[in-house]
Amino acid sequence: MTGEPQRRATYPPILELTLARLREFVREPEALFWTFFFPIVMSVAMAIAFPAGGAQTVRVGIAPGSGSDALRQSLSSARDVIVKDVPPHDQLRALRNGEVHMIVEPGNPPTYRFDPMRDESRLARLVVDGALKGAAGRQEPWRAKEDLIAIPGSRYVDWLIPGIISLGIMNNGLWSIGFMTVQARLRKLLKRLAASPMRRRDYLIAPVLARLVFLGPEVAVPLVFGAMAFGMPIRGGFISIALVAIFGALMWGALGLLMGSRARTFEAASGLMNMMSVPMWVLSGVFFAASNFPDAVQPFIQLLPLTALVDALRAVVLEGASLASIWDELAIMAGWTVVPFAIALKIFRWR
Amino acid sequence: MELAVRCQNLQKRYGDVVAVDGLSFEVRRGECYGLLGPNGAGKTTTIEILEGLLTPDGGDVEVLGHYWKTDEQQLRQRLGVQLQETQFTDKLTVEETLRLFRSFYDRGKTVEELLALVELESKRRSWVVKLSGGQKQRLSIACALAGDPDLLFLDEPTTGLDPQSRRQLWDILTRFRAAGGTVVLTTHYMDEAETLCDRVAIVDHGHVIAEDTPKNLIAALAAPKVVVHEGTLEDVFMSLTGRHLREE
Repeated sequence: MTGEPQRRATYPPILELTLARLREFVREPEALFWTFFFPIVMSVAMAIAFPAGGAQTVRVGIAPGSGSDALRQSLSSARDVIVKDVPPHDQLRALRNGEVHMIVEPGNPPTYRFDPMRDESRLARLVVDGALKGAAGRQEPWRAKEDLIAIPGSRYVDWLIPGIISLGIMNNGLWSIGFMTVQARLRKLLKRLAASPMRRRDYLIAPVLARLVFLGPEVAVPLVFGAMAFGMPIRGGFISIALVAIFGALMWGALGLLMGSRARTFEAASGLMNMMSVPMWVLSGVFFAASNFPDAVQPFIQLLPLTALVDALRAVVLEGASLASIWDELAIMAGWTVVPFAIALKIFRWR
Repeated sequence: MELAVRCQNLQKRYGDVVAVDGLSFEVRRGECYGLLGPNGAGKTTTIEILEGLLTPDGGDVEVLGHYWKTDEQQLRQRLGVQLQETQFTDKLTVEETLRLFRSFYDRGKTVEELLALVELESKRRSWVVKLSGGQKQRLSIACALAGDPDLLFLDEPTTGLDPQSRRQLWDILTRFRAAGGTVVLTTHYMDEAETLCDRVAIVDHGHVIAEDTPKNLIAALAAPKVVVHEGTLEDVFMSLTGRHLREE
Protein backbone atom coordinates (compact mmCIF):
# COMPACT_ATOMS: atom_id res chain seq x y z
CA MET A 1 0.00 0.00 0.00
CA THR A 2 1.21 3.46 -0.78
CA GLY A 3 0.81 6.49 1.40
CA GLU A 4 -2.06 8.06 -0.50
CA PRO A 5 -5.03 5.72 -0.36
CA GLN A 6 -7.45 8.68 -0.20
CA ARG A 7 -6.44 10.14 -3.53
CA ARG A 8 -6.67 6.78 -5.20
CA ALA A 9 -10.08 5.82 -3.94
CA THR A 10 -12.91 6.28 -6.37
CA TYR A 11 -16.12 8.15 -5.72
CA PRO A 12 -19.49 6.35 -5.80
CA PRO A 13 -20.51 5.33 -9.34
CA ILE A 14 -23.20 8.00 -9.70
CA LEU A 15 -20.63 10.70 -8.93
CA GLU A 16 -17.96 9.20 -11.19
CA LEU A 17 -20.50 9.02 -14.02
CA THR A 18 -21.52 12.64 -13.43
CA LEU A 19 -17.88 13.75 -13.36
CA ALA A 20 -17.20 11.87 -16.60
CA ARG A 21 -20.12 13.65 -18.21
CA LEU A 22 -18.94 17.06 -16.99
CA ARG A 23 -15.39 16.44 -18.17
CA GLU A 24 -16.64 15.39 -21.55
CA PHE A 25 -18.73 18.54 -21.74
CA VAL A 26 -16.11 21.09 -20.71
CA ARG A 27 -13.63 19.53 -23.12
CA GLU A 28 -15.97 20.41 -26.02
CA PRO A 29 -15.49 24.15 -26.58
CA GLU A 30 -18.42 24.34 -28.99
CA ALA A 31 -20.79 23.02 -26.37
CA LEU A 32 -19.69 25.70 -23.92
CA PHE A 33 -20.13 28.39 -26.54
CA TRP A 34 -23.69 27.43 -27.36
CA THR A 35 -24.63 27.12 -23.73
CA PHE A 36 -23.45 30.53 -22.58
CA PHE A 37 -23.22 32.85 -25.56
CA PHE A 38 -26.26 31.87 -27.53
CA PRO A 39 -28.74 33.35 -25.01
CA ILE A 40 -26.80 36.62 -24.92
CA VAL A 41 -26.59 36.86 -28.70
CA MET A 42 -30.32 36.19 -28.89
CA SER A 43 -31.16 38.82 -26.30
CA VAL A 44 -29.00 41.46 -27.98
CA ALA A 45 -30.51 40.72 -31.38
CA MET A 46 -33.99 40.99 -29.94
CA ALA A 47 -33.16 44.19 -28.12
CA ILE A 48 -32.02 45.75 -31.37
CA ALA A 49 -35.05 44.56 -33.28
CA PHE A 50 -37.48 45.73 -30.61
CA PRO A 51 -36.01 48.86 -29.01
CA ALA A 52 -37.03 49.24 -25.43
CA GLY A 53 -37.24 53.04 -25.27
CA GLY A 54 -38.89 55.67 -27.48
CA ALA A 55 -42.01 55.46 -29.60
CA GLN A 56 -42.22 53.36 -32.70
CA THR A 57 -41.46 55.41 -35.82
CA VAL A 58 -43.99 55.59 -38.61
CA ARG A 59 -42.68 55.30 -42.15
CA VAL A 60 -44.88 56.98 -44.75
CA GLY A 61 -44.51 56.80 -48.52
CA ILE A 62 -45.64 59.80 -50.56
CA ALA A 63 -46.82 59.31 -54.13
CA PRO A 64 -45.72 61.97 -56.65
CA GLY A 65 -48.25 64.49 -57.95
CA SER A 66 -49.32 68.06 -57.38
CA GLY A 67 -49.56 68.74 -53.69
CA SER A 68 -46.96 66.14 -52.72
CA ASP A 69 -44.58 68.88 -51.56
CA ALA A 70 -47.17 70.24 -49.16
CA LEU A 71 -47.88 66.74 -47.84
CA ARG A 72 -44.21 66.11 -47.28
CA GLN A 73 -43.84 69.34 -45.38
CA SER A 74 -46.83 68.72 -43.10
CA LEU A 75 -45.69 65.17 -42.31
CA SER A 76 -42.00 65.92 -41.82
CA SER A 77 -42.78 68.24 -38.93
CA ALA A 78 -44.86 65.54 -37.16
CA ARG A 79 -43.30 63.57 -34.35
CA ASP A 80 -41.87 60.08 -35.05
CA VAL A 81 -42.71 60.16 -38.74
CA ILE A 82 -40.25 59.33 -41.52
CA VAL A 83 -41.25 60.37 -45.01
CA LYS A 84 -40.13 58.73 -48.24
CA ASP A 85 -40.99 59.34 -51.90
CA VAL A 86 -42.35 56.22 -53.53
CA PRO A 87 -43.07 56.14 -57.32
CA PRO A 88 -46.42 54.54 -58.29
CA HIS A 89 -44.98 51.31 -59.74
CA ASP A 90 -43.02 50.67 -56.54
CA GLN A 91 -45.82 51.12 -54.01
CA LEU A 92 -46.83 47.51 -53.52
CA ARG A 93 -43.28 46.31 -53.14
CA ALA A 94 -42.42 49.02 -50.60
CA LEU A 95 -45.53 48.14 -48.57
CA ARG A 96 -44.89 44.43 -48.76
CA ASN A 97 -41.30 44.75 -47.57
CA GLY A 98 -42.27 47.03 -44.74
CA GLU A 99 -40.15 49.85 -46.17
CA VAL A 100 -43.17 52.08 -45.63
CA HIS A 101 -46.22 51.38 -43.51
CA MET A 102 -48.61 53.33 -45.72
CA ILE A 103 -48.77 55.37 -48.89
CA VAL A 104 -50.33 58.85 -49.06
CA GLU A 105 -51.47 60.07 -52.48
CA PRO A 106 -51.94 63.83 -52.75
CA GLY A 107 -55.43 65.03 -53.66
CA ASN A 108 -58.36 66.69 -52.11
CA PRO A 109 -58.98 64.78 -49.96
CA PRO A 110 -55.77 62.72 -50.04
CA THR A 111 -55.88 58.90 -50.40
CA TYR A 112 -54.47 56.59 -47.73
CA ARG A 113 -53.29 53.23 -49.08
CA PHE A 114 -52.52 50.60 -46.43
CA ASP A 115 -53.27 47.07 -45.29
CA PRO A 116 -55.55 47.23 -42.23
CA MET A 117 -54.41 43.76 -41.19
CA ARG A 118 -51.05 45.18 -40.19
CA ASP A 119 -50.87 46.86 -36.80
CA GLU A 120 -48.09 49.24 -37.79
CA SER A 121 -50.11 50.35 -40.85
CA ARG A 122 -53.17 51.13 -38.74
CA LEU A 123 -50.95 53.08 -36.36
CA ALA A 124 -49.45 54.97 -39.31
CA ARG A 125 -52.91 55.87 -40.56
CA LEU A 126 -53.85 57.43 -37.20
CA VAL A 127 -50.63 59.41 -36.92
CA VAL A 128 -50.75 60.63 -40.52
CA ASP A 129 -54.43 61.52 -40.33
CA GLY A 130 -53.88 63.58 -37.18
CA ALA A 131 -50.85 65.34 -38.60
CA LEU A 132 -52.49 66.24 -41.92
CA LYS A 133 -55.74 67.43 -40.38
CA GLY A 134 -53.78 69.47 -37.85
CA ALA A 135 -51.80 71.07 -40.68
CA ALA A 136 -55.08 71.75 -42.49
CA GLY A 137 -56.18 73.77 -39.51
CA ARG A 138 -58.36 71.37 -37.52
CA GLN A 139 -59.06 72.65 -34.07
CA GLU A 140 -58.57 70.14 -31.30
CA PRO A 141 -61.50 70.20 -28.83
CA TRP A 142 -58.95 69.69 -26.08
CA ARG A 143 -55.51 68.28 -25.59
CA ALA A 144 -55.01 65.57 -22.97
CA LYS A 145 -52.21 65.87 -20.49
CA GLU A 146 -49.72 63.11 -21.28
CA ASP A 147 -47.98 61.30 -18.47
CA LEU A 148 -45.22 59.35 -20.21
CA ILE A 149 -43.67 56.59 -18.14
CA ALA A 150 -41.63 53.45 -18.85
CA ILE A 151 -42.43 50.43 -16.70
CA PRO A 152 -39.50 48.04 -16.56
CA GLY A 153 -40.87 44.54 -16.74
CA SER A 154 -43.67 45.39 -19.11
CA ARG A 155 -41.52 45.84 -22.18
CA TYR A 156 -41.07 43.17 -24.81
CA VAL A 157 -37.43 42.66 -23.96
CA ASP A 158 -38.22 41.99 -20.29
CA TRP A 159 -40.83 39.50 -21.29
CA LEU A 160 -38.53 37.90 -23.82
CA ILE A 161 -35.47 37.19 -21.69
CA PRO A 162 -37.08 34.57 -19.40
CA GLY A 163 -38.44 32.97 -22.57
CA ILE A 164 -34.99 32.76 -24.09
CA ILE A 165 -33.56 31.33 -20.87
CA SER A 166 -36.28 28.66 -20.94
CA LEU A 167 -35.48 27.91 -24.55
CA GLY A 168 -31.81 27.49 -23.58
CA ILE A 169 -32.69 25.09 -20.77
CA MET A 170 -34.77 23.10 -23.25
CA ASN A 171 -32.17 22.98 -26.00
CA ASN A 172 -29.24 22.20 -23.76
CA GLY A 173 -31.11 19.43 -21.98
CA LEU A 174 -32.58 17.83 -25.05
CA TRP A 175 -29.65 18.03 -27.42
CA SER A 176 -26.66 17.53 -25.16
CA ILE A 177 -28.18 14.54 -23.37
CA GLY A 178 -29.88 13.07 -26.42
CA PHE A 179 -26.76 13.27 -28.57
CA MET A 180 -24.28 12.07 -25.96
CA THR A 181 -26.51 9.05 -25.37
CA VAL A 182 -26.70 8.18 -29.06
CA GLN A 183 -22.95 8.67 -29.39
CA ALA A 184 -22.26 6.28 -26.50
CA ARG A 185 -24.58 3.76 -28.14
CA LEU A 186 -22.90 4.08 -31.55
CA ARG A 187 -19.48 3.61 -29.96
CA LYS A 188 -20.71 0.43 -28.20
CA LEU A 189 -19.86 2.06 -24.90
CA LEU A 190 -23.40 1.50 -23.62
CA LYS A 191 -23.06 -2.19 -24.28
CA ARG A 192 -19.77 -2.30 -22.42
CA LEU A 193 -21.30 -0.47 -19.46
CA ALA A 194 -24.26 -2.85 -19.49
CA ALA A 195 -21.79 -5.70 -19.13
CA SER A 196 -20.39 -4.13 -15.95
CA PRO A 197 -22.16 -4.11 -12.58
CA MET A 198 -23.01 -0.41 -13.04
CA ARG A 199 -26.60 0.27 -11.99
CA ARG A 200 -28.41 1.33 -15.12
CA ARG A 201 -30.43 3.94 -13.28
CA ASP A 202 -27.16 5.66 -12.25
CA TYR A 203 -26.12 6.02 -15.88
CA LEU A 204 -29.39 7.75 -16.71
CA ILE A 205 -29.40 10.03 -13.67
CA ALA A 206 -25.79 11.18 -14.11
CA PRO A 207 -26.21 13.36 -17.24
CA VAL A 208 -29.24 15.05 -15.70
CA LEU A 209 -27.21 15.84 -12.57
CA ALA A 210 -24.35 17.08 -14.71
CA ARG A 211 -26.76 19.50 -16.40
CA LEU A 212 -27.49 21.12 -13.04
CA VAL A 213 -23.85 22.12 -12.60
CA PHE A 214 -23.95 24.48 -15.57
CA LEU A 215 -27.48 25.61 -14.96
CA GLY A 216 -26.33 28.39 -12.62
CA PRO A 217 -24.32 30.38 -15.15
CA GLU A 218 -26.71 29.41 -17.92
CA VAL A 219 -29.58 31.17 -16.17
CA ALA A 220 -27.63 33.87 -14.35
CA VAL A 221 -25.69 35.19 -17.35
CA PRO A 222 -28.74 36.26 -19.41
CA LEU A 223 -30.56 37.51 -16.30
CA VAL A 224 -27.68 39.70 -15.21
CA PHE A 225 -27.16 40.81 -18.79
CA GLY A 226 -30.84 41.74 -19.03
CA ALA A 227 -30.72 43.63 -15.74
CA MET A 228 -27.58 45.57 -16.64
CA ALA A 229 -28.18 46.25 -20.32
CA PHE A 230 -31.95 46.82 -20.29
CA GLY A 231 -32.77 47.48 -16.66
CA MET A 232 -34.91 44.37 -16.60
CA PRO A 233 -36.39 43.92 -13.13
CA ILE A 234 -35.60 40.72 -11.25
CA ARG A 235 -38.39 40.66 -8.68
CA GLY A 236 -38.21 37.00 -7.65
CA GLY A 237 -35.87 35.73 -4.98
CA PHE A 238 -32.84 33.62 -5.67
CA ILE A 239 -34.42 30.46 -4.30
CA SER A 240 -37.60 30.61 -6.36
CA ILE A 241 -35.74 31.37 -9.59
CA ALA A 242 -33.22 28.60 -8.88
CA LEU A 243 -35.97 26.13 -8.08
CA VAL A 244 -37.89 26.84 -11.27
CA ALA A 245 -34.68 26.53 -13.30
CA ILE A 246 -33.81 23.22 -11.61
CA PHE A 247 -37.30 21.85 -12.27
CA GLY A 248 -36.88 22.88 -15.91
CA ALA A 249 -33.42 21.35 -16.27
CA LEU A 250 -34.48 18.05 -14.70
CA MET A 251 -37.52 17.94 -16.97
CA TRP A 252 -35.60 18.57 -20.19
CA GLY A 253 -32.89 16.17 -19.07
CA ALA A 254 -35.47 13.43 -18.64
CA LEU A 255 -37.05 14.28 -22.00
CA GLY A 256 -33.60 14.27 -23.64
CA LEU A 257 -33.00 10.79 -22.22
CA LEU A 258 -36.34 9.63 -23.54
CA MET A 259 -35.62 11.01 -27.02
CA GLY A 260 -32.22 9.30 -27.03
CA SER A 261 -33.36 6.08 -25.39
CA ARG A 262 -33.85 4.02 -28.55
CA ALA A 263 -32.26 5.96 -31.42
CA ARG A 264 -29.43 4.21 -33.23
CA THR A 265 -28.42 7.20 -35.36
CA PHE A 266 -28.01 10.93 -34.85
CA GLU A 267 -30.54 11.50 -37.63
CA ALA A 268 -33.19 9.48 -35.85
CA ALA A 269 -32.50 11.26 -32.57
CA SER A 270 -32.57 14.76 -34.10
CA GLY A 271 -35.79 13.92 -35.88
CA LEU A 272 -37.41 13.00 -32.59
CA MET A 273 -36.03 16.01 -30.75
CA ASN A 274 -37.13 18.42 -33.47
CA MET A 275 -40.55 16.85 -33.56
CA MET A 276 -40.80 17.46 -29.84
CA SER A 277 -39.26 20.91 -29.55
CA VAL A 278 -40.07 22.86 -32.72
CA PRO A 279 -43.84 23.03 -32.13
CA MET A 280 -43.08 24.39 -28.66
CA TRP A 281 -40.93 27.19 -30.06
CA VAL A 282 -44.19 28.42 -31.58
CA LEU A 283 -46.88 27.26 -29.16
CA SER A 284 -45.34 27.87 -25.76
CA GLY A 285 -45.20 31.64 -25.85
CA VAL A 286 -41.46 32.22 -26.02
CA PHE A 287 -41.55 34.97 -28.64
CA PHE A 288 -45.20 35.98 -28.57
CA ALA A 289 -47.92 35.32 -26.05
CA ALA A 290 -49.44 31.85 -26.14
CA SER A 291 -52.80 33.56 -25.54
CA ASN A 292 -52.82 34.40 -29.28
CA PHE A 293 -53.93 30.83 -29.91
CA PRO A 294 -57.65 29.96 -29.78
CA ASP A 295 -59.27 29.02 -26.48
CA ALA A 296 -59.94 25.50 -27.70
CA VAL A 297 -56.25 24.60 -27.77
CA GLN A 298 -55.29 26.48 -24.58
CA PRO A 299 -55.61 23.48 -22.22
CA PHE A 300 -53.25 21.55 -24.49
CA ILE A 301 -50.77 24.43 -24.70
CA GLN A 302 -50.79 24.91 -20.94
CA LEU A 303 -49.79 21.27 -20.46
CA LEU A 304 -46.74 21.51 -22.73
CA PRO A 305 -43.44 21.26 -20.86
CA LEU A 306 -42.00 24.44 -22.35
CA THR A 307 -45.15 26.45 -21.59
CA ALA A 308 -44.98 25.41 -17.94
CA LEU A 309 -41.32 26.41 -17.70
CA VAL A 310 -41.72 29.75 -19.53
CA ASP A 311 -44.78 30.73 -17.51
CA ALA A 312 -43.20 29.77 -14.20
CA LEU A 313 -39.94 31.56 -14.95
CA ARG A 314 -41.70 34.73 -16.12
CA ALA A 315 -43.88 34.69 -13.04
CA VAL A 316 -40.99 34.46 -10.59
CA VAL A 317 -38.60 36.77 -12.44
CA LEU A 318 -40.96 39.54 -13.58
CA GLU A 319 -43.70 39.42 -10.97
CA GLY A 320 -41.84 37.97 -8.02
CA ALA A 321 -44.52 35.29 -7.79
CA SER A 322 -44.39 32.96 -4.82
CA LEU A 323 -43.72 29.27 -5.32
CA ALA A 324 -47.18 28.53 -4.00
CA SER A 325 -48.76 30.53 -6.81
CA ILE A 326 -46.96 28.54 -9.51
CA TRP A 327 -47.53 25.12 -8.01
CA ASP A 328 -49.49 23.96 -11.08
CA GLU A 329 -46.59 24.75 -13.43
CA LEU A 330 -44.20 23.00 -11.05
CA ALA A 331 -46.51 19.98 -10.92
CA ILE A 332 -46.68 19.83 -14.72
CA MET A 333 -42.87 19.95 -14.87
CA ALA A 334 -42.53 17.24 -12.24
CA GLY A 335 -44.86 15.06 -14.27
CA TRP A 336 -42.83 15.67 -17.42
CA THR A 337 -39.74 14.60 -15.42
CA VAL A 338 -40.85 11.47 -13.64
CA VAL A 339 -42.87 9.83 -16.40
CA PRO A 340 -40.34 10.30 -19.25
CA PHE A 341 -37.51 9.17 -16.97
CA ALA A 342 -39.36 6.01 -15.99
CA ILE A 343 -40.19 5.25 -19.62
CA ALA A 344 -36.61 5.94 -20.71
CA LEU A 345 -35.24 3.58 -18.07
CA LYS A 346 -37.69 0.92 -19.18
CA ILE A 347 -37.14 1.12 -22.94
CA PHE A 348 -33.48 2.21 -22.99
CA ARG A 349 -31.49 0.39 -25.67
CA TRP A 350 -28.10 -0.64 -24.28
CA ARG A 351 -26.76 -2.21 -27.47
CA MET B 1 -13.49 -30.22 -10.94
CA GLU B 2 -15.54 -27.11 -10.38
CA LEU B 3 -16.88 -25.48 -13.51
CA ALA B 4 -16.58 -21.82 -14.46
CA VAL B 5 -18.97 -22.07 -17.40
CA ARG B 6 -21.44 -24.71 -18.41
CA CYS B 7 -23.58 -24.21 -21.47
CA GLN B 8 -25.87 -26.81 -22.89
CA ASN B 9 -27.65 -26.92 -26.21
CA LEU B 10 -27.56 -23.15 -26.70
CA GLN B 11 -29.87 -21.74 -29.39
CA LYS B 12 -30.06 -18.22 -30.79
CA ARG B 13 -31.61 -17.00 -34.01
CA TYR B 14 -31.99 -13.56 -35.56
CA GLY B 15 -35.06 -13.76 -37.76
CA ASP B 16 -34.32 -16.47 -40.28
CA VAL B 17 -30.61 -16.63 -39.47
CA VAL B 18 -29.59 -19.26 -36.96
CA ALA B 19 -26.52 -17.85 -35.19
CA VAL B 20 -26.10 -20.51 -32.52
CA ASP B 21 -27.47 -23.98 -33.12
CA GLY B 22 -27.29 -26.42 -30.21
CA LEU B 23 -23.92 -25.36 -28.88
CA SER B 24 -22.57 -27.04 -25.72
CA PHE B 25 -19.30 -26.87 -23.82
CA GLU B 26 -17.85 -26.60 -20.33
CA VAL B 27 -15.01 -24.50 -18.99
CA ARG B 28 -13.16 -25.53 -15.84
CA ARG B 29 -11.97 -23.11 -13.17
CA GLY B 30 -8.49 -21.84 -13.89
CA GLU B 31 -8.64 -22.83 -17.50
CA CYS B 32 -8.14 -20.76 -20.63
CA TYR B 33 -10.78 -21.85 -23.12
CA GLY B 34 -10.84 -20.73 -26.73
CA LEU B 35 -13.73 -20.52 -29.17
CA LEU B 36 -12.13 -20.75 -32.56
CA GLY B 37 -13.90 -20.26 -35.84
CA PRO B 38 -14.43 -18.09 -38.90
CA ASN B 39 -16.39 -14.84 -38.86
CA GLY B 40 -20.09 -15.53 -38.64
CA ALA B 41 -19.64 -18.90 -36.92
CA GLY B 42 -21.55 -17.70 -33.85
CA LYS B 43 -18.59 -17.02 -31.55
CA THR B 44 -19.61 -13.49 -30.58
CA THR B 45 -23.26 -14.44 -30.08
CA THR B 46 -22.17 -17.30 -27.84
CA ILE B 47 -19.84 -15.22 -25.70
CA GLU B 48 -22.45 -12.43 -25.37
CA ILE B 49 -24.95 -14.99 -24.11
CA LEU B 50 -22.39 -16.12 -21.54
CA GLU B 51 -21.82 -12.46 -20.59
CA GLY B 52 -25.53 -12.03 -19.97
CA LEU B 53 -25.87 -9.43 -22.74
CA LEU B 54 -28.05 -11.65 -24.92
CA THR B 55 -30.81 -14.01 -23.89
CA PRO B 56 -30.67 -17.38 -25.64
CA ASP B 57 -33.77 -18.71 -27.39
CA GLY B 58 -33.08 -22.10 -25.86
CA GLY B 59 -30.56 -24.01 -23.77
CA ASP B 60 -29.00 -23.64 -20.34
CA VAL B 61 -26.22 -21.35 -19.21
CA GLU B 62 -24.52 -21.51 -15.85
CA VAL B 63 -21.66 -19.14 -15.02
CA LEU B 64 -19.61 -19.56 -11.84
CA GLY B 65 -22.43 -21.71 -10.51
CA HIS B 66 -25.04 -18.94 -11.03
CA TYR B 67 -27.80 -18.24 -13.52
CA TRP B 68 -28.25 -14.89 -15.26
CA LYS B 69 -31.95 -14.83 -14.58
CA THR B 70 -31.59 -14.88 -10.81
CA ASP B 71 -28.12 -13.61 -9.95
CA GLU B 72 -27.28 -10.95 -12.54
CA GLN B 73 -25.89 -8.29 -10.19
CA GLN B 74 -23.81 -10.82 -8.25
CA LEU B 75 -22.40 -12.29 -11.46
CA ARG B 76 -21.45 -8.94 -12.95
CA GLN B 77 -19.35 -8.19 -9.88
CA ARG B 78 -17.26 -11.28 -10.56
CA LEU B 79 -16.87 -11.11 -14.34
CA GLY B 80 -14.48 -9.16 -16.51
CA VAL B 81 -15.69 -8.38 -20.00
CA GLN B 82 -13.92 -7.07 -23.07
CA LEU B 83 -16.15 -6.59 -26.12
CA GLN B 84 -15.28 -6.16 -29.73
CA GLU B 85 -15.18 -2.53 -30.87
CA THR B 86 -15.87 -0.74 -27.60
CA GLN B 87 -14.77 2.86 -28.01
CA PHE B 88 -14.27 4.56 -24.68
CA THR B 89 -15.02 8.27 -24.35
CA ASP B 90 -12.49 10.18 -26.48
CA LYS B 91 -11.91 13.09 -24.15
CA LEU B 92 -11.52 11.24 -20.89
CA THR B 93 -8.03 10.29 -19.78
CA VAL B 94 -6.86 6.74 -19.23
CA GLU B 95 -6.91 7.27 -15.48
CA GLU B 96 -10.39 8.83 -15.49
CA THR B 97 -11.76 5.95 -17.56
CA LEU B 98 -10.27 3.37 -15.20
CA ARG B 99 -11.50 5.26 -12.17
CA LEU B 100 -15.02 5.23 -13.63
CA PHE B 101 -15.00 1.49 -14.26
CA ARG B 102 -13.37 0.74 -10.94
CA SER B 103 -16.16 2.61 -9.15
CA PHE B 104 -18.71 0.04 -10.36
CA TYR B 105 -17.09 -2.79 -8.41
CA ASP B 106 -17.36 -3.56 -4.71
CA ARG B 107 -13.83 -4.91 -4.60
CA GLY B 108 -10.84 -4.92 -6.88
CA LYS B 109 -7.46 -3.50 -7.67
CA THR B 110 -6.60 0.15 -7.24
CA VAL B 111 -6.41 2.34 -10.33
CA GLU B 112 -2.69 2.52 -9.69
CA GLU B 113 -2.33 -1.27 -9.76
CA LEU B 114 -4.42 -1.51 -12.90
CA LEU B 115 -2.26 1.06 -14.69
CA ALA B 116 0.84 -0.92 -13.74
CA LEU B 117 -0.73 -4.20 -14.77
CA VAL B 118 -1.32 -3.05 -18.35
CA GLU B 119 1.76 -0.81 -18.48
CA LEU B 120 -0.12 2.40 -19.13
CA GLU B 121 1.34 4.46 -16.26
CA SER B 122 3.03 6.85 -18.67
CA LYS B 123 -0.28 7.39 -20.50
CA ARG B 124 -2.43 7.98 -17.45
CA ARG B 125 -3.11 11.62 -18.33
CA SER B 126 -3.56 11.06 -22.06
CA TRP B 127 -6.99 11.33 -23.61
CA VAL B 128 -8.30 8.04 -24.95
CA VAL B 129 -8.47 9.52 -28.46
CA LYS B 130 -4.66 9.92 -28.44
CA LEU B 131 -3.91 6.25 -27.69
CA SER B 132 -2.64 3.73 -30.22
CA GLY B 133 -4.69 0.64 -31.05
CA GLY B 134 -2.63 -1.52 -28.71
CA GLN B 135 -2.88 0.99 -25.87
CA LYS B 136 -6.65 1.25 -26.31
CA GLN B 137 -6.92 -2.52 -26.14
CA ARG B 138 -4.81 -2.61 -22.97
CA LEU B 139 -7.09 0.02 -21.44
CA SER B 140 -10.03 -2.15 -22.36
CA ILE B 141 -8.42 -5.13 -20.61
CA ALA B 142 -7.64 -2.99 -17.58
CA CYS B 143 -11.33 -2.00 -17.38
CA ALA B 144 -12.23 -5.69 -17.60
CA LEU B 145 -9.82 -6.45 -14.75
CA ALA B 146 -11.00 -3.54 -12.58
CA GLY B 147 -13.16 -5.72 -10.30
CA ASP B 148 -10.52 -8.42 -9.87
CA PRO B 149 -12.74 -10.90 -11.75
CA ASP B 150 -12.79 -14.67 -11.33
CA LEU B 151 -13.69 -15.09 -14.98
CA LEU B 152 -12.61 -12.99 -17.93
CA PHE B 153 -14.42 -12.94 -21.28
CA LEU B 154 -12.48 -11.66 -24.27
CA ASP B 155 -13.97 -11.29 -27.74
CA GLU B 156 -11.21 -11.27 -30.36
CA PRO B 157 -8.80 -9.46 -28.06
CA THR B 158 -5.96 -9.04 -30.52
CA THR B 159 -7.73 -8.55 -33.85
CA GLY B 160 -6.05 -5.73 -35.74
CA LEU B 161 -3.11 -5.36 -33.36
CA ASP B 162 0.56 -5.33 -34.34
CA PRO B 163 2.70 -8.30 -33.21
CA GLN B 164 4.28 -6.43 -30.30
CA SER B 165 0.93 -5.31 -28.90
CA ARG B 166 -0.41 -8.85 -29.22
CA ARG B 167 2.57 -10.16 -27.29
CA GLN B 168 1.99 -7.56 -24.54
CA LEU B 169 -1.65 -8.59 -24.28
CA TRP B 170 -0.75 -12.26 -24.08
CA ASP B 171 1.62 -11.46 -21.22
CA ILE B 172 -1.17 -9.69 -19.32
CA LEU B 173 -3.44 -12.72 -19.76
CA THR B 174 -0.70 -15.12 -18.69
CA ARG B 175 -0.25 -13.12 -15.47
CA PHE B 176 -4.02 -13.10 -14.88
CA ARG B 177 -4.10 -16.88 -15.22
CA ALA B 178 -1.09 -17.35 -13.00
CA ALA B 179 -3.12 -15.61 -10.27
CA GLY B 180 -5.84 -18.24 -10.69
CA GLY B 181 -8.16 -16.50 -13.17
CA THR B 182 -10.30 -18.30 -15.75
CA VAL B 183 -10.41 -17.01 -19.34
CA VAL B 184 -12.88 -17.60 -22.17
CA LEU B 185 -11.84 -16.01 -25.42
CA THR B 186 -12.84 -16.04 -29.07
CA THR B 187 -10.27 -15.72 -31.80
CA HIS B 188 -9.63 -16.55 -35.38
CA TYR B 189 -5.88 -16.55 -34.91
CA MET B 190 -4.37 -20.04 -34.73
CA ASP B 191 -1.19 -19.02 -33.00
CA GLU B 192 -3.17 -17.16 -30.35
CA ALA B 193 -5.24 -20.25 -29.55
CA GLU B 194 -2.15 -22.45 -29.55
CA THR B 195 -0.24 -20.10 -27.25
CA LEU B 196 -2.95 -19.17 -24.76
CA CYS B 197 -5.58 -21.87 -24.62
CA ASP B 198 -5.64 -25.07 -22.61
CA ARG B 199 -8.57 -26.30 -24.60
CA VAL B 200 -10.20 -25.14 -27.80
CA ALA B 201 -13.65 -25.59 -29.29
CA ILE B 202 -13.83 -25.27 -33.02
CA VAL B 203 -17.10 -23.57 -33.88
CA ASP B 204 -18.73 -23.55 -37.29
CA HIS B 205 -22.31 -22.79 -38.32
CA GLY B 206 -23.34 -22.28 -34.71
CA HIS B 207 -22.14 -25.50 -33.16
CA VAL B 208 -19.00 -27.11 -31.82
CA ILE B 209 -17.47 -29.41 -34.41
CA ALA B 210 -14.41 -30.41 -32.37
CA GLU B 211 -13.07 -29.84 -28.86
CA ASP B 212 -9.74 -30.76 -27.26
CA THR B 213 -6.34 -29.37 -26.37
CA PRO B 214 -4.66 -27.68 -29.32
CA LYS B 215 -1.99 -30.36 -29.26
CA ASN B 216 -4.41 -33.27 -29.41
CA LEU B 217 -6.47 -31.64 -32.13
CA ILE B 218 -3.40 -31.17 -34.22
CA ALA B 219 -2.18 -34.69 -33.62
CA ALA B 220 -5.53 -36.23 -34.43
CA LEU B 221 -6.76 -34.11 -37.26
CA ALA B 222 -4.08 -32.11 -39.03
CA ALA B 223 -3.60 -33.96 -42.26
CA PRO B 224 0.08 -34.90 -42.47
CA LYS B 225 1.29 -32.85 -45.35
CA VAL B 226 4.72 -32.38 -46.77
CA VAL B 227 7.38 -33.20 -44.21
CA VAL B 228 8.70 -29.65 -43.71
CA HIS B 229 5.30 -28.47 -42.48
CA GLU B 230 4.29 -29.10 -38.90
CA GLY B 231 0.58 -29.48 -38.25
CA THR B 232 -1.36 -26.43 -37.00
CA LEU B 233 -4.91 -25.65 -35.94
CA GLU B 234 -5.42 -24.20 -39.37
CA ASP B 235 -4.92 -27.68 -40.79
CA VAL B 236 -7.35 -29.06 -38.22
CA PHE B 237 -10.01 -26.65 -39.33
CA MET B 238 -9.29 -27.39 -42.98
CA SER B 239 -9.66 -31.10 -42.49
CA LEU B 240 -12.91 -30.64 -40.57
CA THR B 241 -14.63 -28.24 -42.92
CA GLY B 242 -12.67 -28.18 -46.13
CA ARG B 243 -12.43 -24.39 -45.74
CA HIS B 244 -9.85 -21.98 -44.52
CA LEU B 245 -10.53 -20.33 -41.15
CA ARG B 246 -10.44 -16.75 -42.25
CA GLU B 247 -12.60 -17.13 -45.31
CA GLU B 248 -15.56 -14.81 -45.10
